[in-house]
Amino acid sequence: MVEEIGSTAAGDIIINVGPQHPATHGVLHLVITINGETIQKVEPHLGYIHRSIEKMCESLTYRQFIYVTSRMDYLSSHINNHACALCVEKGLQIEVPSRAQVIRVLMDELTRIASHELWWGAMAMDLGAFTPFFHAFREREAINDIMEETCGARLTMNYMVPGGVMQDIHPNFQSRVKEFIALFKSKVSEYNELVTGNIIFQNRMKGVGNLSAADAISFGCTGPTARGSGVSCDIRKLYPYEIYDTLNFEEILETGGDSFARYMVRVREMSQSISIIEQLIDNIPEGDFQAKTKAVLKLPKGEFYQRVETARGEFGVYIVSEGGTTPYRIKYRSPGFSNLSALDHMARGSKLGDLVAMMGTLDLVIPDIDR
Amino acid sequence: MVIAGIAVITLFALLGLVLVLMERRVAAWIQIRLGPNRVGPGGMLQSLADTLKLLVKEGMTPDGADKFLFNLAPFIAMMVAMLLMAPIAFASDFQLWNLNIGVLYVTAISSLMVISILMAGWASNNKYSLMGAMRSGAQIVSYELSAGLSIMSIVVLSGSLNLNEIILSQADGWWIFKGHIPVVIAFIIFIIAVTAETNRAPFDLAEAESELTAGFHTEYSGMKFALFFLAEYINVFIVCAIGATLFLGGWMPFHIGHWQAFNHVMDFIPSSIWFFGKTFFLIFLIMWFRWTFPRLRIDQLLDLEWKYLLPISMFNVLLITLMAILGWHF
Repeated sequence: MVEEIGSTAAGDIIINVGPQHPATHGVLHLVITINGETIQKVEPHLGYIHRSIEKMCESLTYRQFIYVTSRMDYLSSHINNHACALCVEKGLQIEVPSRAQVIRVLMDELTRIASHELWWGAMAMDLGAFTPFFHAFREREAINDIMEETCGARLTMNYMVPGGVMQDIHPNFQSRVKEFIALFKSKVSEYNELVTGNIIFQNRMKGVGNLSAADAISFGCTGPTARGSGVSCDIRKLYPYEIYDTLNFEEILETGGDSFARYMVRVREMSQSISIIEQLIDNIPEGDFQAKTKAVLKLPKGEFYQRVETARGEFGVYIVSEGGTTPYRIKYRSPGFSNLSALDHMARGSKLGDLVAMMGTLDLVIPDIDR
Repeated sequence: MVIAGIAVITLFALLGLVLVLMERRVAAWIQIRLGPNRVGPGGMLQSLADTLKLLVKEGMTPDGADKFLFNLAPFIAMMVAMLLMAPIAFASDFQLWNLNIGVLYVTAISSLMVISILMAGWASNNKYSLMGAMRSGAQIVSYELSAGLSIMSIVVLSGSLNLNEIILSQADGWWIFKGHIPVVIAFIIFIIAVTAETNRAPFDLAEAESELTAGFHTEYSGMKFALFFLAEYINVFIVCAIGATLFLGGWMPFHIGHWQAFNHVMDFIPSSIWFFGKTFFLIFLIMWFRWTFPRLRIDQLLDLEWKYLLPISMFNVLLITLMAILGWHF
């Protein structure tokens, strides 16, 4: 940092945003160089919440390591678990019963809505509006209650296991989900009135944090961040897993490339997830919720990779196996890390207030960036 | 006179507690939650408990801060708020200081507020504080113009700078009803400008939480912070009281022209209830803004003032002057 301070131009000052700062939603540390209110440079510093999860996974068996991944992107814990379960199933060639597949997809989409709800509230809070946070949590609570009933947990669910899901859905599950869908649909107009249509909000979002499609690709952005720039990258469409290829849903694309486009992608994705849930909730097939698997799982020697679409983008699991009961090496590809790398490019030349808005639209979850 | 003075100072202390509780209740109501409801009946004593907490907390002065200015700033904020209470007419026969240039006094003293904020931001030796103070300086200086011009329009109509005479000029109807659309425009601009002048959301850039942690009072703790906090709420009360006095008739009951019977019935409601009712209505309005709107960006904030509000209010004052000369109002 000493050279950095020496190299700043006259009039520039360096500010540490974080590791404890209301805008970073976690222990992210940004060293920003500003001139007045204008941002010259943003330098993210990581490492404050590094738990060396990849190394930990190497000493855990193929049944155990899945639980650690709930602690990475804690807002998409179902989807992280899902990726790991799929990867192990791929290696062992386990046929997952269709009931388990449908339950998994339902849980994924509920998680996606819950995650976007939280993002929506936190995003508005970054812009100085506190009320949307509470309104978003009202709906998110309904999802958490559904999760609690079926999985026994509200945040780190650990519900997906190799071969299916841990236990069958709760008898109330279908009726509770339908109640939630009705609740959500009645509140969407409230969201648009409170935030999307607000003139101050639109002025704060439109035309700031521009990211072109080419830049989005070269920074490795995925998920709603890239789709806001018009890059088609929905893993559910491009590399379908489970039953996504039989479902009828749309990949949301916006071409604006600014903060508002990224905002609209996420808001519209919530409705798509609702549509997926509606297609499946009355059609959960009868049968087993878990395939018969051996007590001790041993992946054959080789390399296995599986990617899924989390609420934040493409999440990948790469397992190198030597044929034992534990992986030789595990590598996770987390969406937040690549999305964060575009922040400096987007923020240069804009105002300090806009930096907070941009970070909001990137939907950063720090334990996911910093494993 | 001494008793009246003590009464106003007591009111000053009470208002802080009441307004903080009111803000929390309004916020809770808008945010579909309960709000304070544990301390005392219905949570009424919550702000008292908070004050006690702040009183016993250590008031730290950071290393490297300019100790004298750092400790002086909250007292200036408080002093300005106290001085502003003097000319306000709380009821038909209760005014601490019947000043013949009341309006001028209020506008002059309220611009001293920015000094305490700049002082706090500069003396804290903290980059966030400094940025908050600079933002606040730009903001308050800009929005004073619009607020001043809106106030001028009522001065033009009533022909007096004395707050009591302005109220008496509304005996046959409040200015907001008598003054046609131009006064309504002036009223709207006044509300926007004073929201900005008191650093309230959506114009709370000086203490923008998500950007500057707490802005100019980041380094303050304990009672020193409480003084800033109290001064903010008292300022909100004062600007709303001024707004009520100028546009909504202050303590003047709701009168319609020469309907003697109706006016007589309205006079039965005590004048202090009219005054506080109108003031608290405006305070509620400002709280409603805070819990509904997102914050503006600094350049958008200055654009709004210099490109829209100021030209409109200048034109509006001309229109109202013309109206007053030609006697086009009721």
